[in-house]
Amino acid sequence: MTTAPASPPRRPEAPPALATPMARQIREAPTLRGMLTRAPAPVKVAGALAGLLFFAANAAIGYLVIDGRLDGHWYDFRDLGVAVGELRVWLDDRGLGPWLSYWVTALIGAVGILSFVGGVLLIGTWIERRLLAKFQIRRGPNRVGPFGLLQPLADAIKLVQKEVLIPRGADRILFYLPPVLVFIPAMLAWGPVPWAPTMSYLDINVGLVYVIAISSLSVLAIFIAGWSSNNHYALLGAMRTVAMMISYEIPVSISLLSVALFTGSLKLSAIVGWQSDHTMWLGLIMPFALFTFFFSSTAEINRTPNDIAEAESEIVAGFHTEYSGMKAGLFLAVELGNALLIGALAATFFLGGYTFFGLEQWIPPYLILAVKISAVYFLFVWLRGTLPRFRLDQLMGYAWKFLIPLSIAFMGVSAVEASILARVDLPGLLLIVLVVNAALTVVFVRLWARVVGYEAPRDEVTMPALTTSVGGLRAAQRLRGGAS
Amino acid sequence: MTTSSEPYVLNIGPQHPSTHGVFRLRVAMDGETIVDMDMIVGYLHRSMEKLAEERTYTQNIPFTDRADYLAAMSGNLGLCLAVERLAGVEVPERADYLRVIFAELQRIASHAMANGTLVSDAGAWQTPLLYMFREREKILDLFEMTCGARLTTNYMRIGGVAFEPPPEFWPALRELVDELPDRIDEYAELLTDNEIFLARTRGVGVISAEDAINGSLTGPALRGSGVPWDLRKAEPYAVYDRLDFEIPVGRRGDVYDRFMVRLEETKQSTRLIRQAMAEIPEGPHKTQIPLALRPEPGEVYGRVESPRGELGYYLVSDGSPAPYRFHIRAPSLINLSLLRALAIGSPLPDAVVTLGSIDIVVGEIDR
Repeated sequence: MTTAPASPPRRPEAPPALATPMARQIREAPTLRGMLTRAPAPVKVAGALAGLLFFAANAAIGYLVIDGRLDGHWYDFRDLGVAVGELRVWLDDRGLGPWLSYWVTALIGAVGILSFVGGVLLIGTWIERRLLAKFQIRRGPNRVGPFGLLQPLADAIKLVQKEVLIPRGADRILFYLPPVLVFIPAMLAWGPVPWAPTMSYLDINVGLVYVIAISSLSVLAIFIAGWSSNNHYALLGAMRTVAMMISYEIPVSISLLSVALFTGSLKLSAIVGWQSDHTMWLGLIMPFALFTFFFSSTAEINRTPNDIAEAESEIVAGFHTEYSGMKAGLFLAVELGNALLIGALAATFFLGGYTFFGLEQWIPPYLILAVKISAVYFLFVWLRGTLPRFRLDQLMGYAWKFLIPLSIAFMGVSAVEASILARVDLPGLLLIVLVVNAALTVVFVRLWARVVGYEAPRDEVTMPALTTSVGGLRAAQRLRGGAS
Repeated sequence: MTTSSEPYVLNIGPQHPSTHGVFRLRVAMDGETIVDMDMIVGYLHRSMEKLAEERTYTQNIPFTDRADYLAAMSGNLGLCLAVERLAGVEVPERADYLRVIFAELQRIASHAMANGTLVSDAGAWQTPLLYMFREREKILDLFEMTCGARLTTNYMRIGGVAFEPPPEFWPALRELVDELPDRIDEYAELLTDNEIFLARTRGVGVISAEDAINGSLTGPALRGSGVPWDLRKAEPYAVYDRLDFEIPVGRRGDVYDRFMVRLEETKQSTRLIRQAMAEIPEGPHKTQIPLALRPEPGEVYGRVESPRGELGYYLVSDGSPAPYRFHIRAPSLINLSLLRALAIGSPLPDAVVTLGSIDIVVGEIDR
C-alpha cells in the first residue's frame, strides 16, 4: 500500500495520552503487578522472608512429624482439626463434660468454615470481576480499596441500603423465604468437605450421599422464588431451573457413584485417602466422570454455557428477576458460593482433595485444597468469559441422550475395574486401568455419537459466497446453483 | 393423565436486555414456544419527519444522526445524496472519497456492534461484544478527530463534507486499516467454529430468498438469504463504481449466515477504505451552496446502502428552503416486519437470536 498522495506526512510521535484527571487516575491506578515490582526494596525483602519463613516453619513441622518426634499437636498448624481436637480434650479435662466441650469446638469449627466461605465469597466476587475484565480487555473494579479489593464490600453495603421491593400480586411469605432458603443448603454442603486429614466439620460416613441430597435442596427455594414473584420471567426461569436440575442431578449422581465404587467408601475423607494411598487422581482414572460432574455442575449452578435459568438476553434474570436489594445480593452470593463448592467437591472427588503427591506433608493441606478450588473456579470464569449459551432443549437433549447413557456405561466399566482391582494385586494395574479408561472414553464417546446420529457441526461452517454482480431472485438461484 | 395448558402473555420490553432499545414484543407463549407475537413500536418516536418540514435541508442533517444512531455517517450520506440530486449540486471528488471512507468506517463500527450484540443475545457473557467494541472505539476516535462527535457525527454536508480530516487522521486510519483484518480474524476464530454458537444459530430464523424479497428485506438480512443485492453495486453512488469490492452472500439464510455476511462485509469495507485512501485526490472537500438552499419544486428518492440495508430519503420540494415532505425509508423497520413470521412456532431463545441477527436500531424504526 502506498500512502495517499493527499495525506500529509506521518505524524512523528504518538498522540498524547488523555490528560483529564479521571483518565490519569485510571492510568495510574495501582495494579498488583505494579505494586509487586515497584515496591521498595525492604518491603520486597521482608515479604520474601515472611513467605520463606512460613514455608520453612511448615517444612520443619512436617519433618518433625514425619520423624515422629512431634506427633500432631496443636502447634501443627498444617491441620487445624488437630488443634480443635486437643482443645476439646482440654475442655473435657477441665470438667466441661463431653457435650459442652463438643458444642464449643463444633461452634469454633462452624464459625471457622462459615467465615472462610464468607471471606472467599467476598474475594471471589472481586476475582471473578477482575478475571472477566481481563478476558474482555477491560480493567475491572479498581477504585475501592487497593486494586478495588473492597468493591464487593461496597456493593454489599449498597445492596443492604436498597429498598426491597415486593411486586404487587406476589405471595408475600413465599417471596420472603427463598433468599434465606437458598443460602442454607449452600452453607450446609460445605460440611463434609475435608480440608486436612482431621480438619473436616462433618466427616460422616455417607458424606457423598449427603452432598448430593443437600445440593438438590436449593431447587425448591428457586422454584418458590420463581413461583411467588408473580412474574412470567421468574416463572420461566424457575421452570427451566427445575427441569434442568432434575435432568442434571442424574448424571452427577451416576458419576459420583463410580467414585464410590472405586474407592469403596461414601466418606469424603476416605475418598481423598484412597487417592493419596494410590498416588493417583480419580479424575485421571475416570475422565468421563470428571467431565460429567463438571459439565452437569455448570448446569446445576447456572453458569455459562448452561446458565439458561437466568439467561439475561431471554428472561432477564430468571427466577430472581423481581428481587432487589440484598435479597438479590444473596442469590448472587449463593451462586458464587455454589461455584466454589463445586470446585471443592470436584477437587475432593476427582483431583486428590487436600493432597498433592506428598506435598501436603510440607505445606498446609487446606492451602492445597484452596488452590485446587481456585483452579476449578478459574475454569468456571474462563467458560463464562468465552462461551455462548445452550438452548434449553439442546441442554436437556445433551443430558438425556448423551450424558446419562454414557455415565451408566462408564459406571459399569468402573464396577468391573473396581472388582478386578479388589481381587488382583498387581503393581501398575492402576496405570493399565488409566490407559484403558482413556481409550474407552474415546471409543465410547465416538460410538455413542454415531448411535445418536450426532454430526460435528464443523461441516456446517460455510463461508459466505463472494460476488461482484448484483441481481434479484434469479441471481440468487444462480448463485445457489453454483454453490452446491 | 392429560394436562391442559393455555398460552400466557409475556411482555418482552420495552425495557429488556435484548430488545436493543425501547422496543416491545408482546408474546403469547405455550411453555417455551411462541404461539403469537405482537410487535409494538413507537416508544422512541420523536416526530423527526414532521419536524424536518420546518427546517432547511442542511438543518435536517442532524436528524439523520439520531435516526440510525449506530450508523450516523450513512444516514448523513443518504440525505445529502438525495438533496444533491434534488437541487443538482455537484460534489468535489475528494469529498466523494471522504464520504466513502467514513461510510465504510461506519459500516465496520455498526457491524461490530450488530455482531457483538448478536453473540451476547446468544448468551456469551459480553466477551465478543467487548472485543468488537475495541475496533469500534478506534473508529469512533477517528470520527471524533474529524468532526468532534463520536455518535451523532453530523459530518456530511450538501455538496461535500463539513471538515477536512486533521493531519493526525491519516496515520491513525492507516494503523487501524492495517490491524483490522487480524482483529476480524480473531473474532472469526472465536466464533465461527464454536459448536455452541453453531448449535444456536445454524438453521435458526431461516429466511428463504423468496421470502426475503417478498418481505422487502435489504442489507445483510437480504444478502444472508442468498440474494446478491447491494446498492453500492446496483446503483453506485459516491465513488463506489471506481472501487473494487465484493458482496458476501449467505447460502442458507439463517442467523449464522447473517452473522457471517456481516463479518465478511467488514473485511470488504477494510478493502474499500484501503483503496479510497490510496486513490483520494487533492482538492476542495465541499462546494459552496446557498445557506438556504431552494431546490426546484419536485420530488426525489435518494438511497444508500446503510449497514442495515437500503436507507432511503423521499423528499418533496415546493421551492421553499424547507422540504415539503421528508420521509425516511428505514431499513430496520422493514426488516423487522418479518420477525413475527420467523418467531411464531420457535422457542423464545431462537426468537431472541433472530431479532439480534436482524439488527434493528430503534431510533430508526420510530424516527
